[in-house]
Amino acid sequence: MIRTVDLFKSFGENEVLKGITTEFYAGKPNLIIGSSGAGKTVLLKLLVGLFKPTSGQVFYDDTDLFAIGDEALREVRMKVGMLFQGNALFDSMTVGENIRFPMDMFTKKSTAEKNKRVDECLEMVNMEGINDRFPSEVSGGMQKRVGIARAMVLKPKYLFCDEPNSGLDPKTSILIDELIYDLTHENKITTVINTHDMNSVMGIGENIVLLKDGHLVWQGNKHEVLESDKEVLQDFIFASPFLRRLREDALKQRHAND
Amino acid sequence: MVIDKFFFNLGSYVNLLRSSLTRPEKFSMYYKETVRQMDAIGVGSVFIVLLISIFIGMVTAVQFADQLGDSFVPSYYIGYIVRDITIIEMAPTITCLVLAGKVGSNMAAEIGGMRQKEHIDAMEIMGVNTAAYLILPKIIAAVVVIPMLVAISAFVSIIGGYLSTVIPGTISHTEYVLGLRTFFVPRYVFMMFVKAAVFAFLLTSISCYMGYNAKGGSIELGEASTNAVVMSDVFILVFDFLIALILT
Repeated sequence: MIRTVDLFKSFGENEVLKGITTEFYAGKPNLIIGSSGAGKTVLLKLLVGLFKPTSGQVFYDDTDLFAIGDEALREVRMKVGMLFQGNALFDSMTVGENIRFPMDMFTKKSTAEKNKRVDECLEMVNMEGINDRFPSEVSGGMQKRVGIARAMVLKPKYLFCDEPNSGLDPKTSILIDELIYDLTHENKITTVINTHDMNSVMGIGENIVLLKDGHLVWQGNKHEVLESDKEVLQDFIFASPFLRRLREDALKQRHAND
Repeated sequence: MVIDKFFFNLGSYVNLLRSSLTRPEKFSMYYKETVRQMDAIGVGSVFIVLLISIFIGMVTAVQFADQLGDSFVPSYYIGYIVRDITIIEMAPTITCLVLAGKVGSNMAAEIGGMRQKEHIDAMEIMGVNTAAYLILPKIIAAVVVIPMLVAISAFVSIIGGYLSTVIPGTISHTEYVLGLRTFFVPRYVFMMFVKAAVFAFLLTSISCYMGYNAKGGSIELGEASTNAVVMSDVFILVFDFLIALILT
């Protein structure tokens, strides 16, 4: 579990996060949503320690991320996997070498063991047999999967995904969401996803945190999204008339069934 | 304002160097990266070093021969002057100024590109000490390989001087070789290697610092690359003077 306590972050005069206190649960996909500029990426980067907060704390279970030294921080990070918005795959390495890199750096496994684990990870994301291709030789969706495979290679306890669906078509987006959902449940990891994709919210949102102007304005799950009358939530999720009609139909159907 | 910026950058540079001088996570990975950098810096720069060195030697010899003219200074002094100018100044300084342009800009662009594509963030999150992994192998490789390039440069410059004066018949083979063997001070060779190692450290660490702190997009990456070359050149010249003061 990851917990934030009264988290503030400013860049000069610009206060981006204003007192975020929340929890991200183990074994569940936790979504951070909000419009552009709401502070989602800043919150995600604070959670992984790429930014330091102006004030406040981030706890990984009982470990205060910003009260420990650099060496201890690196140890925490070895339990963390992250999928970047732009994938951040190393261009000069093949897919196989990309996935193997964390093992090369931190484990004493033999080459055969490492290659076996690379194959396992590629199989996990349904990408068998592309070990020798370079990232530039595979599609955007495949790169996302390779990014997930690399994030999972050291069997992390925490998985962070920054806009995993950006630049993907709706069908591939859903496949990526399902993949993250399955990995989260199968491996009991704490997954935090930064997104503004409404398919993700309604598909895998077991714990959703809505940010607006740096404030946490709502927290709940995908079922509560439909029921909630909170205006700020409805304005964001069901932004178009078409989506509002869909919501009304879904609610009518649910009440009829009840 | 300029002074504030200078001290801010100096502090950040020292902090980055301090972070890079820590125990590697895995020696084999650092060793592999160091060897790769040695190949890129050394083998990748031999041709340009040979080219500039032979011309430096030729120009030095031809111009000195012209200035001697019909003076009372013995003509074997041409070999002596080419040797000393090359060893003391031309080989280490000109080679490193050129390498700052070739190797330094490349390092700044490589690390800056990794910063912009979030590769450095990705490594940080894996638990890699990026300052150490990306910078230390480059510094070690440069400090080992650049003095070798400088030694090659000195040798080739002296050959250049020979070709441009002995072959046209300005002086004889015996005179040139006599000049090379006259008034030899071994300390100058030591000074050449000290300069080469110090300049190698400066040009790699400054270039890596510029790349590591690159922000924004392609324009900022270009600026980082240019600043890497300019600042490396400035500091090479400043330290050239300081080493000359200390060692002579």
